[in-house]
Amino acid sequence: MSGIPHDHYEPKAAWEKGLAKRLPIVGLMYDTLMIPTPKNLNWMWIWGIVLTFCLALQIITGIVLVMHYTPHVDLAFASVEHIMRNVNGGAMLRYIHMNGASLFFVAVYAHIFRGLYYGSYKAPREITWIIGMLIYLLMMGTAFMGYVLPWGQMSFWGATVITGLFGAIPFVGEALQTWLLGGPAVDNATLNRFFSLHYLLPFVIAGLVILHIWAFHTTGNNNPTGVEVRRTSKEDAEKDTLPFWPYFVIKDLFALAVILAVFFAIVGFMPNYLGHPDNYIEANALATPAHIVPEWYFLPFYAILRAFTSDVWIVIAANWITGGIIDAKFFGVLAMFGAIAVMALAPWLDTSSVRSGRYRPMFKWWFALLVVDFIVLMWLGAMPAEEPYATFSLIASAYWFAYFLVILPLLGVIEKPDAQPATIEEDFAAKARGGDAGGAAPSVQPAE
Amino acid sequence: MSHAEQEHDEERRDFLYYATAGAGVIATGAAVWPLVNQMNPSADVLALSSIRVDVGEVEPGSQLTVKWLGKPIFIRRRTPEEIEEARAVALDDLADPLARNDNLADGTDGNDANRSVPPFEGDDTGEWLVIQGVCTHLGCVPLGDAGDFGGWFCPCHGSHYDTSGRIRKGPAPTNLPVPVAEFVDETTIKLG
Repeated sequence: MSGIPHDHYEPKAAWEKGLAKRLPIVGLMYDTLMIPTPKNLNWMWIWGIVLTFCLALQIITGIVLVMHYTPHVDLAFASVEHIMRNVNGGAMLRYIHMNGASLFFVAVYAHIFRGLYYGSYKAPREITWIIGMLIYLLMMGTAFMGYVLPWGQMSFWGATVITGLFGAIPFVGEALQTWLLGGPAVDNATLNRFFSLHYLLPFVIAGLVILHIWAFHTTGNNNPTGVEVRRTSKEDAEKDTLPFWPYFVIKDLFALAVILAVFFAIVGFMPNYLGHPDNYIEANALATPAHIVPEWYFLPFYAILRAFTSDVWIVIAANWITGGIIDAKFFGVLAMFGAIAVMALAPWLDTSSVRSGRYRPMFKWWFALLVVDFIVLMWLGAMPAEEPYATFSLIASAYWFAYFLVILPLLGVIEKPDAQPATIEEDFAAKARGGDAGGAAPSVQPAE
Repeated sequence: MSHAEQEHDEERRDFLYYATAGAGVIATGAAVWPLVNQMNPSADVLALSSIRVDVGEVEPGSQLTVKWLGKPIFIRRRTPEEIEEARAVALDDLADPLARNDNLADGTDGNDANRSVPPFEGDDTGEWLVIQGVCTHLGCVPLGDAGDFGGWFCPCHGSHYDTSGRIRKGPAPTNLPVPVAEFVDETTIKLG
């Protein structure tokens, strides 16, 4: 790993030297594990480990669940019940896998908003950010297809509504939808291919995670100040950093232990809290559940999808300009994918030269509003599509786009940033002093 | 080697590059296409694109729901009152003024007479209504004998359909479509 100057692995014993000449794997692992890490990282820098843990947890529990699951429309629902009732420890394994998906998304949203606040997406970390967004998209695809596998009512109707989105694409939509489903409607062919892809995609994610880590090991971690680690010499770098092992590994594992205590309390005592009871009714193509709701982690984007109805002026305008090619349904689909696309473009939309939100007095407020906006959208996505929720959804969706497309570009021009510390060492020392004084020093920021 | 010969050689080499790359692209495409095409509907799925339904035991005022192409089809034998009610509606009162009937030309008006399936022999009194039971809003299955217009009501977002399956109130954009359907004998309807 290039990047911040630091000590490299030196093979000592004869077998180490021999191995290093043939396969330098120990050196690779040493450099990865001992990477110099900014010593001022706060508690928002723990989510990467949590996410890596989630991926491993989902893959391992998934592989053993497949040993008992049958991907066929006549047998899938019964085989999940078989897992729940007959397989040794099956209910626990399935509940961990089910709620593991939720933990995965809690962690990914925390991780993304951490990046948005501290400007982790900015140069030179754009590629890390883009790979992260790809991972996020694949996570959503994997979670969606996994939710179809138990073949309950929500599985079936969720799949119908979401694949229907592709049907909204002009000209090719219907053919594309038939191709995705393998027939005119969600059926056995759909279930089989979703099962195949649900098994495949986590491994693609694992590959991208390696690239994600490689990319930020090359640029170095961002940190709460957004000030780069000094690379002028190894001595300077060492004043700003500590090796990842043991300092940050232990810290991250402590955080993981706290999070897992909460996670297993949910798995043990309220495993179905985040699910929908209708999914314990077998899929029925002839009866729709009264209220189709996606899983909680899709709700913000579901709210954006539904916000743009045919009576909204921008939809009417788009319809008129394109001669009816873009109707309300397709506009909603574009808005939903666009909401993720604008987030992926953040590195180029943010014009501010200051990386961390900590030194951006105006940005802070707009960012806080974005977090509130995200939570409000999540709430709106679960509400029925009627007033007043429809109007709220429209306002909240508009803010999401405005933040990325208007506020981020403008703030860089009009905002006067606060003074940043010259080095990470300086920031760290100031914080340590503040801590000794019991947080009394007014000029010191509280720990995030 | 003279300059001219070299030029000539480079042109020749360029051509070889393009030809090789072209052949490579075509070979890759030919190899990938079966992998894409396998996801299209299989032969058994396509074979079910036409089914016959026995409607001999459907009494007036009752409805049969069958699954066709993975979607519910409502086959309703309407009472004279239902037919009368549907035929009394003026075209101007319809949210969607088109018939949406796959057996008729596109753009046919949405009068009730253009919505029913004619019996095997005799005049079409409008007794047999065959419609796809999928709400045109977001794909839910509407409930029968319900709603403000005595037809169907979608519980998801409150779309009301009349006794002809036409949208009258609510967010759905179009009438419930009439699939390709015909009587092949006194009591059998062929779908597709």
